[in-house]
Amino acid sequence: MSILEVRDLSHKFGGLTAISGLNMAVEDHELVGVIGPNGAGKTTVFNIISGVYKPSRGSIVFEGRQIAGKPPSLITNLGIARTFQNIRLFKELSVLDNIRIAHYGQARYSSLEALFHVGRFRDEEERVVEHSMELLSLLGIERSADEQAKNLPYGLQRRVEIARALATRPKLLLLDEPAAGMNPNEIDQLMDLIHSIRKEFDLTILLIEHQMALVMGICERLLVLDFGETIAEGKPLDIQNDPRVLEAYLGEVEAW
Amino acid sequence: MSMLREKLRNPIAAWTSRNRWAGPCLLALLFLLSLAVQGFELLDPYVQLILVYVGINIIMTVSLNLVNGYMGEFSVGHAGFMAVGAYTASIITVKLLPPQLIGLLFPVAVICGGLAAALVGLVVAFPSFKTRGDYLAIVTLSFGMIVKSVIENINAIGGPRGFLGMEKVTTLPWVFVWTVLSVWVIRNLVYSKFGRGVLSIREDEIASNLMSVDTRHVKVLAFVVSSFFAGIGGALYAHVLQFITPRAFDIIKSTDILIMVYLGGIASIGGSIIGAAIYTVLLEVLRPMGVWRMVCMPLVLVILMLYRPKGIMGLKEFSWFVPLRDLMAARVWRERGQKRV
Repeated sequence: MSILEVRDLSHKFGGLTAISGLNMAVEDHELVGVIGPNGAGKTTVFNIISGVYKPSRGSIVFEGRQIAGKPPSLITNLGIARTFQNIRLFKELSVLDNIRIAHYGQARYSSLEALFHVGRFRDEEERVVEHSMELLSLLGIERSADEQAKNLPYGLQRRVEIARALATRPKLLLLDEPAAGMNPNEIDQLMDLIHSIRKEFDLTILLIEHQMALVMGICERLLVLDFGETIAEGKPLDIQNDPRVLEAYLGEVEAW
Repeated sequence: MSMLREKLRNPIAAWTSRNRWAGPCLLALLFLLSLAVQGFELLDPYVQLILVYVGINIIMTVSLNLVNGYMGEFSVGHAGFMAVGAYTASIITVKLLPPQLIGLLFPVAVICGGLAAALVGLVVAFPSFKTRGDYLAIVTLSFGMIVKSVIENINAIGGPRGFLGMEKVTTLPWVFVWTVLSVWVIRNLVYSKFGRGVLSIREDEIASNLMSVDTRHVKVLAFVVSSFFAGIGGALYAHVLQFITPRAFDIIKSTDILIMVYLGGIASIGGSIIGAAIYTVLLEVLRPMGVWRMVCMPLVLVILMLYRPKGIMGLKEFSWFVPLRDLMAARVWRERGQKRV
């Protein structure tokens, strides 16, 4: 069964068409890669799915619910979480607070209980700390819990971002260029990490990536976007030899 | 972890974090002291008055810091909320309450002042969904002007001539209680999921929204709580001055509160208390300088901003304002984990 189904999606920025008539489906527990040249509309698709942009046209169905144009916090609570192309941590705050913030939707207490620290407040807060620390230790960054996020090295900041996304208890995880700026060694570690969190949390993962080593290494299926349309779809090996894909990346291949 | 260690290396902080009863006991003691000061005239009435102003200014500063420091907006209309609270409470004590009940029902009037201000704060919160930064500052600036001109044009409450007839019911013990309550409630808010939501809006609003934070709810809550306590401060202020005019709550008043926030340091409760205390006391100490006072004081600020641009306590907090749960969260978790193994 498809966990996510995008139908006839279009989005315009003023006169510029970023996405036009995009169709795609992601099956439950799949690991799908989205590739395409710069400006193909990959990040825009993520922004629309996660609710940052309202699409001009089309529908997005997540687990049978229409989510196109819904506010981001609601979509996150339904079970879609994401990371960002350029790391967007809450830099001045501690790593633990970064993770705790992502529990906003789960901590069940009212503003009145918060103002006086009574009722469900204490238990819920304890639960949030517990879950946050467990996530941090699972990702191997538990030692940095009290550190300010901005003081962490780049690779660890990426991990914090993934932990923060996982903290919202997602079913579908959107990773926007998780390997950007990483060396081959770090990419290997990242692949292991993605595998392990996928198993641990029973996740469906959709990821945008330029690093072919990562894409070819872990994706089960690829979608190739160009000018806001899907131009090819299939197994990584097939995509590698698809003439339309080569054309999109390298320009038209002339027969001679 | 290093931050925590450093915090706990301070012996006083380490002691108070182990002995959490110390805080409440100290507060109770101070309250008794304030009762004694009032009852037996232990302090000069002038000094008592300054202490009352310090308390009111702490309430104003902590509440403004919630919006300007923790949320990272720039509200310049805080005196407007103060005016709403001051006038509401004054109308209640002067026109509605029978004179013999004023002493008894004064807290009710103060709370009504706070509620009226909170209601207005709710209205001001809505533009904050769409605008932020400089533009929201303009919104709050205009709001302050509107409040002032509305009051000026209502003759029933004296218009531009002001409103008088309040009894001097704001006493040192009352101010102490209200100050502690305001600081405590705002601290509680800061160290909850809503407070962390407020912080995340300052850091990155879109990311915050994507991490399940209902940013609209959080903004409304921050504005309502902030204006509620501004209203409380206003109500207390009116009943110590016994005479209020719209001019007392203009942009100059708002600027005073802003100065106290940035002097003490943004996003810090301890800083707000220090900022309000230093500024209020310094203005009184410098009074003999006459007109030069208003040259000297800004100069102090310029020097401070040059050498400590984030204010005295910017983005830092005394550990005894931080709930133990937050101060030790990671450490407690680690220690328990080790026992389990």
